[in-house]
Amino acid sequence: MSQKEAILQGRKITKHFGGLAANTDVTFNLYKGEILGLIGPNGAGKTTLFNQVNGVFSPSEGEIIFREVEITKWPPYKISSLGMARTHQIVRPLKELTVLDNVIAGACFGHQNHPLGKAKEIAEEVLDFVKLVERRNMLAGSLNVAQKKRLEMARALAANPVLLLLDEVLAGLNPAEIDGMIEVVQRIRNERGISIFMIEHVMRALMTVSDRIIMLDYGRLIAEGTPEEIVNNPQVIEAYLGDPKLAEKLMQGGA
Amino acid sequence: MFSLLLVITMASSLNIILGYTGYVSFGHIIFYGFGGYVGFYLISQQGWSLWLATLAGGITASLLALMLGSAILRLKGAYFALSTIGANVAMMAFINNITFFGGPTGLSLNYSIYQDYGGPAQAKWLIFYTLFGLALVTVITSFMVKFSKFGLGLMVIREDEEAAKVLGVRTPLLKTQAYSLSAFFPGMAGVLFFFKNGSVEPNDAFPLHQSIEMIVMVMLGGQGTVLGPVIGAGAYEQLRSYLLTSDLFKDLQLAIAGLLLLLIVLFAPTGVIGWLRSRSNELRRILE
Repeated sequence: MSQKEAILQGRKITKHFGGLAANTDVTFNLYKGEILGLIGPNGAGKTTLFNQVNGVFSPSEGEIIFREVEITKWPPYKISSLGMARTHQIVRPLKELTVLDNVIAGACFGHQNHPLGKAKEIAEEVLDFVKLVERRNMLAGSLNVAQKKRLEMARALAANPVLLLLDEVLAGLNPAEIDGMIEVVQRIRNERGISIFMIEHVMRALMTVSDRIIMLDYGRLIAEGTPEEIVNNPQVIEAYLGDPKLAEKLMQGGA
Repeated sequence: MFSLLLVITMASSLNIILGYTGYVSFGHIIFYGFGGYVGFYLISQQGWSLWLATLAGGITASLLALMLGSAILRLKGAYFALSTIGANVAMMAFINNITFFGGPTGLSLNYSIYQDYGGPAQAKWLIFYTLFGLALVTVITSFMVKFSKFGLGLMVIREDEEAAKVLGVRTPLLKTQAYSLSAFFPGMAGVLFFFKNGSVEPNDAFPLHQSIEMIVMVMLGGQGTVLGPVIGAGAYEQLRSYLLTSDLFKDLQLAIAGLLLLLIVLFAPTGVIGWLRSRSNELRRILE
C-alpha cells in the first residue's frame, strides 16, 4: 500500500559538535501521509536532528534521503525546493515585513517557486487557513507569540511542501490556542495530504495527532511505535515521562 | 547640480545592498573609481566613444562586484564592512602601481576630444543630461527591485538570513546579484565624472570619505526605501555646500558628517522616510 512509501529516511545519522555527540546512529523512516512525532528530554538532540534533515548543518556521518534523493550535504534552499518546509522552535518572523509579505516569501521561494502575483493569491488563501487573514497588513514584528507561531506555519505551508517539519509549535500557547493549533495540524495532513514530522513536549496533544512517535535520549533513538506503545514503554517512562501512571492518564485523555 | 545627481545615483545604488539586503558596504566608492578608471582608460587611450566607455565602466564595476562579492559576502556585519574598506584601499594601491593606468599620476584627456561632442561647453551639458538620465534610471531600478520577487528575496535576507535559506531563498546568488547591481550605476557615474574633469588620479578616484558620506545619505533619508536615499542625498548635499562655504565649518565638514551618522544611528535608525512611515498606516502605504 502507498501508505508504506517512505518519504524521508534517516540512516545512521551522527552529529558531533567537538567532543559532544548530539546525535548517534539515528535511523528512522517517515511514511507518506504520516504524522510522526519526535519526543525526548531537553538536550536530547531533537532540533539538531531537524537541522540536519533540512540542511542547516550536515551530519558528521550517515545519510538522509528525501523523496528518494540523497540530500545529505545539500544547502537548505535546495532541500526547500525539493519540497520540505519547517517552522522554528524560536519563531523567526521577518519583523519589518508585513504578515502578507512573510507568507508571500514562503510561496515564491519554496517548493513551487511562484511569481509574485500567484504567490500573493496563495498567501491570502493560506493566511485564511491559519486564521490570520485580517492581520495581513500588520508588520510581522507586532504580532503576539501565538500569532507568530501561526505565521511561521503559514509561511511554511505557503510553499505547498511535501513534508513539513514542526519544531514545538505548541510551546508557549495556552490550552485554547493549543486546541486551535492541533486542529490546524490535522487539517494540514487531512486536507492537503502533507506529511508531518513534529517535535513536541505537549504529550496530550502529540498523542492526539501522531500516527507514530519516535524518541531520542542522549542523541540516540531509544523507542519507536504508536502513541500507545510509546507511553507504555518502560524506557520512555524512565527517561522522559517520569510517572508510570501517566500512560493511563494520557490514554484516558486526562493529564 | 552635477554632484547632486552623482550622489543621488550613488546613494540609490548603495541602498540596494545596504537598505534592501542589509549588508553595509563601507567602501562602495571602489566601484565608482574602478568603473570610472576603466572607462576613462578606454576613452583616453583606446579612443572609445563616451557612451560605449560608460557602459563598459558600469559592466566592469559589476564584474568586480561579482568576484569580490562571491568572496566577501560570506562575511557578516562589521566583518563585511571592514573588508569592503580593505578592498577599496587595496584597489587604490593596485591602480597606483599599474603603468597603463598611469600609476600615481593617473591619466588625462587630450582636450581636443571635447570637440567630438560639440566643444567643451556642449560636452558639459551632454554629461549633465546623461547624468540626469542615469540618476533617474537608478531610482527607477531601485523602485522596480523593491517591488520584485528579487527585492523581496533581498529583504528576507536582510530580516533573517538563516530563515531565508530555510524558506528556499538562494542567498549566495541573490546577495551577489544585488551587490553587482549596486556597483553598476556607480561605475557608469565614475566614467561620466572623470570625463567631465578631463583627468583622473588614484586619490580622486577612491575617496573613502565620500563612501562614508553615501552611507550618511542613505541612513538620513531612510534605508530600504526608494525615496529615502534621494531625499537624504539632497539634504546632505545642501548641508555640505553650506558647510563648505561657511568660514566657521569649512574644515569640519567630515566631522559633522560623522556626528550626523552617529545621531541617526542612535535616535532615528530608520531615517526620515522610515520615521514618517512608522507614524501612520496611510503614510506607510504612500511612501516607499
